[in-house]
Amino acid sequence: MEGGRLDRLSVDSVLNDLDEYAVEEALRIAEAHGGNGAGAPHSVTVISMGPERTVDVARKALSMGADSAIIITDDALAGSDALGTSKVLAALIAKGDFDLVICGTESTDARMSVIPAMIAMRLGWAQLTFAGSVTVDPVAKSAVIARMTESGVEKMSASFPAVISVVEKINEPRYPSFKGIMAAKKKLMEVQTLASTGIDANLVGTAGSKSTVIDAVPRPPRAAGIKVVDEGNAGTELVNFLVEKKLI
Amino acid sequence: MSEIFVLAEIAGEKVAKTTFELATLGAHAGSVTAILLAPAGRGAEFAAHLNAGPIERVIVVESDEFARYGVPASAYAISQLLTSQKPSALLIASSAFGKEVAGCVAVLTDSGIITDAVDVAADLTATQIIFGGSMTVHSRVSSGISIITIRPNAITPDLKASTPEITNESIEIPPTAKLAEVLSLEPPITGGRPELTEAQIVVSGGRGTSGDFSPVEAFADVLGAAVGASRAATDAGWYPHSHQVGQTGKTVSPQLYVACGISGAIQHRAGMQTSKTIVVINKDPEAPIFELADFGVVGDLFAVLPQATEGVRARKS
Ligand SMILES: Cc1cc2nc3c(=O)[nH]c(=O)nc-3n(C[C@H](O)[C@H](O)[C@H](O)COP(=O)(O)OP(=O)(O)OC[C@H]3O[C@@H](n4cnc5c(N)ncnc54)[C@H](O)[C@@H]3O)c2cc1C
Ligand SMILES: Nc1ncnc2c1ncn2[C@@H]1O[C@H](COP(=O)(O)O)[C@@H](O)[C@H]1O
Repeated sequence: MEGGRLDRLSVDSVLNDLDEYAVEEALRIAEAHGGNGAGAPHSVTVISMGPERTVDVARKALSMGADSAIIITDDALAGSDALGTSKVLAALIAKGDFDLVICGTESTDARMSVIPAMIAMRLGWAQLTFAGSVTVDPVAKSAVIARMTESGVEKMSASFPAVISVVEKINEPRYPSFKGIMAAKKKLMEVQTLASTGIDANLVGTAGSKSTVIDAVPRPPRAAGIKVVDEGNAGTELVNFLVEKKLI
Repeated sequence: MSEIFVLAEIAGEKVAKTTFELATLGAHAGSVTAILLAPAGRGAEFAAHLNAGPIERVIVVESDEFARYGVPASAYAISQLLTSQKPSALLIASSAFGKEVAGCVAVLTDSGIITDAVDVAADLTATQIIFGGSMTVHSRVSSGISIITIRPNAITPDLKASTPEITNESIEIPPTAKLAEVLSLEPPITGGRPELTEAQIVVSGGRGTSGDFSPVEAFADVLGAAVGASRAATDAGWYPHSHQVGQTGKTVSPQLYVACGISGAIQHRAGMQTSKTIVVINKDPEAPIFELADFGVVGDLFAVLPQATEGVRARKS
């Protein structure tokens, strides 16, 4: 089994908070079934698309224990929308030999929560998203998750290959150890450009984006409200406020 | 006039209230058709709920495979309808399910997608409020069908009575949409309260409750509100994670949000900042949450909430 993992670079170039949970989950899945690394049965690859500093992001995941990284960085990718991003990531995944791709449920910057489902759709893989727990059977090559959304908790199962996205309650990501940080320096990091994926530059980046921002304006700060100090009747004053605002 | 499709989601035994919000926004831009993906044999029953708002047509597709195979099954069915009927837009509620369906339909129809809009104009320009409520962004889909997901509660729905024309379609779900199977479903535990993201009023508790949510729940119940929680409260196990409001929880935008014993960390604000009216109860006059308050009480929630609960109850009787 191989666990791939995806990360979008967040603005300040730290590992996207929510993607640490994805790295952690990939490592735990491998560790539960014989481990990853040299001589072990599984391997965990980090896949990320973003500007050049994405390298630092991938390095952090390698220092947590991932085995290698594939990074795609290219000026032509700047401004990609979800369609473009999922197209590129799906192309990178398709070139490898992965059983599972593990993502966060949402990126801290875009917050769309659509990339994992879109990647699965493009690859024709099963989608097991919003997982609050994951159980993998490497022999049967299948996974069962508890999907946690506003509709409740759904138990879902699928055979490999599958795209899994994890919610932040799933685990507590480990801190890289000193040994892990040193080892990460020697791990393989493959940096690709768009040309190596064979995707037409007109289909990604700003050029290929299928939505356009017309304008973005700061919102006026909320008008200052009423503030009372409770001297025994603030509860009643609160009710009067709600009545006045026709909220009750 | 352009055709606007909206996805009518089924929530439990009825059509989700958000459907009428989608239809109201859709009517800004054209004539509205609702797509209803219903369990086998139950299409007519659910379609009968679509008797309000500016809905002119309902397309019913019945299959038990929607519940069984989740997002991709719905996405395939919708994409087939879009391909044959060519509407100019598809509006879907911004739930986990809705956003994923929208993303998959965007891939299948090669159309642009905008998520979490709070408004849609006649020319299908979508309005989004981003960065924790600090920026308003207007954008438009520039290629394909405009696929837009809409935040629940962003607008007041038009609920005038209507009698849409109902048609049935049958659609074959391809094997590639049946790769993951739902084995069981436990509906959310709401304790009879409205769903968090759909509620008109949300009363939330944080670390300041010290684990005792009873005054928060009592106030919520007298107001017919949903209960929310800060991450400090959900992490401590005081309230289920499904009730967390904020960056890594739900985004809510109710008419009234009451924050009790919550300091107002940026990650919490990201999930509630666009609420219409915000009330705060906090012991610490310096708590940053007061910056958002339309009505702030510096005080102990264990004193203020029971008094307010009594006050509302007295008015109602
Ligand atoms: C990646 C990441 C994601 C996060 N996502 C979220 C999220 O989605 N949602 C979220 O909420 N947080 C989130 N957080 C956590 C966030 O940073 C805060 O830690 C959290 O919101 C604090 O919760 P709180 O306000 O309940 O607790 P505190 O900050 O401890 O505040 C408690 C407040 O209660 C007041 N108080 C105490 N006793 C009383 C009383 N008797 N009566 C009245 N007031 C009282 C205190 O004055 C204080 O202001 C996230 C953090 C990170 C790093
Ligand atoms: N550029 C990217 N590179 C790698 N993974 C990504 C990228 N963008 C999004 N993802 C993954 O998809 C998840 C959801 O992102 P989003 O749909 O943008 O909210 C993230 O948590 C990541 O795991």
